[in-house]
Amino acid sequence: MKREFDTEKKEYTLCILTDDTPGVLSQVARLFSRKGYNIESIVTGESDRPHTARLAISIVGDELMIDQIAAQCRKLICVQAVKVLDEASSIRREVALIKVRAADRNARDEVIQMANIFRANIIDVSRETLTVATFGDKEKTAALIGMLSDFGILEITKTGTIAIERGRSTIYDDNKLKEEYNYGKNVL
Amino acid sequence: MKIRATAAIMECLLEQEVDTVFGYPGGTILNLYDELYNYKDKIHHVLTAHEQGASHAADGYARSTGKVGVCFATSGPGATNLVTGIATAYMDSSPIVFITCNVTEQTLGKDAFQEVDITGIAMPITKATYLVRDPQTIPDVMRQAFAVAATGRPGPVLIDFLKNVTFPNVEIDYEFVPWTENRKCGSLRSLSSSHDLKAPEPNIGDINILVDMIAQSEKPMLICGGGVVRGRAHKEFKEFAEKLDAPVAITVMGGGGFPGGHPLTTGMIGMHGSQASNVACNECDLLIAVGCRFSDRVALQPDTFASQAKIVHIDIDRSEIDKNVLTDHHIIGSAKRVLALLNERLPQYSHKGWKEHILPLREPSVPRESETLTPKQVLETIRQLAPQDTIVATDVGQHQMWSIQHFHFDYPGQLLTSGGFGTMGFGLGAAIGAKVGNPEKVVIHTTGDGCFRMNCHELATVEHYHLPIITVVFNNGTLGMVRQWQNLIYNKRFSETTLDRGPDFVRLAEAYGLKGFRATTMAEMEEAFSAALEAGCGCVIDCMLDMDEMVRPMVAGGAHITDFLLR
Repeated sequence: MKREFDTEKKEYTLCILTDDTPGVLSQVARLFSRKGYNIESIVTGESDRPHTARLAISIVGDELMIDQIAAQCRKLICVQAVKVLDEASSIRREVALIKVRAADRNARDEVIQMANIFRANIIDVSRETLTVATFGDKEKTAALIGMLSDFGILEITKTGTIAIERGRSTIYDDNKLKEEYNYGKNVL
Repeated sequence: MKIRATAAIMECLLEQEVDTVFGYPGGTILNLYDELYNYKDKIHHVLTAHEQGASHAADGYARSTGKVGVCFATSGPGATNLVTGIATAYMDSSPIVFITCNVTEQTLGKDAFQEVDITGIAMPITKATYLVRDPQTIPDVMRQAFAVAATGRPGPVLIDFLKNVTFPNVEIDYEFVPWTENRKCGSLRSLSSSHDLKAPEPNIGDINILVDMIAQSEKPMLICGGGVVRGRAHKEFKEFAEKLDAPVAITVMGGGGFPGGHPLTTGMIGMHGSQASNVACNECDLLIAVGCRFSDRVALQPDTFASQAKIVHIDIDRSEIDKNVLTDHHIIGSAKRVLALLNERLPQYSHKGWKEHILPLREPSVPRESETLTPKQVLETIRQLAPQDTIVATDVGQHQMWSIQHFHFDYPGQLLTSGGFGTMGFGLGAAIGAKVGNPEKVVIHTTGDGCFRMNCHELATVEHYHLPIITVVFNNGTLGMVRQWQNLIYNKRFSETTLDRGPDFVRLAEAYGLKGFRATTMAEMEEAFSAALEAGCGCVIDCMLDMDEMVRPMVAGGAHITDFLLR
């Protein structure tokens, strides 16, 4: 049977486990730029294993396109595993720091209240501004930014989306696909 | 044991049993060449006229011998001159270790003289690149580079040494480790543990599924791809094809993977594929492709490709599965191992009716009667006079297709051609590498006048190393393949394809100290080629052909595979 692919465009997150060696990020990133795809966000950090980094790359596309990029990623020698997660199968979070204009007492009170409603924190204060830190999914960040924009936003920085699979499965799980990719690296 | 860092690089080459390297020296790689001077009895260096020639020579050496090719070049322009050669090797999965040197650590990133970020440039066209800043890592990087180049799906890798790493006063710890032991030490060992690698073996469940699919098939067909050639799986493939009793189409890269004269061969498939191959592909009910990637020159129209068939893909590289053509089943593994496992399980089949339907569609090879010389006559002369095990290196274009259609290749490494990247100017370098690696064999380089002009300076290398390579120029005074498209698709608007200019290739050959011949008739061709075989030196035969000869058959790009533009 030929494989069938979901043709609906949606946001996928590719979780990529790689050896922590120089050039890994550009090797992975070029697979996207080569096809002219725009990365929504890219986050890299340590994993729970030594000398191993974990990347989370968010991208909007259809399943076939994501599958092809994941295939090229998996083939890289530095890549140990790739997991493609969509909204249904994963929990996704991002951190945003938002600097808001709050020059008078009223504005400050309102911003603080808004932050409380969203369970966000005030992490910096000056005579003219407040900086709000929020942790949550993309929709929550967007909603908070929407509310705070009334006061005047000076700047925003976001981490981009990190994701982890729901339930028991992990990126380390062995499966036939992983074995098949490792075959090509196996005789190393 | 403490030894000089550059000596460690040479020792690592010896570990890998390298005895031949191709290259070109320069400022930053001086220390390496200085060390090479000490090793000149053990490592034979072939100095080409241009780094691109060296890269193609290393490629031709690798393809024809099955060993890993090695190529040296200096930083900056030396390194960038390799780029076309690296890409050519990458597209055709040819194992080569490219070694370049860069500027010193102090000047790196400061736009120093002849500085270029070659590891960055080469990243998309190599399996891996290494920038060596710490001399202590030399043995480990060298071992990993050779392992990566040679194993799995082979391909080029690039190592860039900073100049200070190669300074003569730098010493490192080094112990000789034979290449068979390389996998047990250093980064190769940690790589296999981080990837949790197990002993490679194809999935038996997948093998058995294919065995069942074969049992249910009435009209099976095989495609022999480059993986059969790279994996040296020609014996297993032949046994498989004969057991299956099915027509076998051979891709450009598959040339030599299955005997070209075998009764089951239907010839090339795809754009210039034979009627037999293309019709069989369209009508078969089971298509088994071994080591091929269904490129756009084979699967011209992926959606309708083998639309009646269940498609089975056997490949070592999982990322090729469902890439260009969606498949019904796949088996991951080396062609040699997968086919051996299949052969153990297959009974002898007979598909007489199916064969009788397909095989007669093979083109009858009736030479066209002509006063003037035709491509067919040129090739027929070579085929009759040259030994059957002659190695043929081609450039790219009409002469390439004619050569592949006309010659029968019997073993892997007999045909050297840039199938994936289509690199004009590949052939002469590749022929040099092949002749250096196979001194006992006759090596022929077929080329067009356009291709030959690109890298004909390598005739200097042919002369210097006394390599009796016979270059046959299909001289039609035009970029023939492009003209063919202009003829058929662009309303005969011959934009910038007419090559009404020098040089005189006969006198060019003579200028390089080689023998030159001109052939305008079949008799002259026979005479020239016989003389060239006897000459014992490099020869150029300039064959004067009509500029409107076309490669037949032809299916236009993106068209249905049986929708022939030319028959």
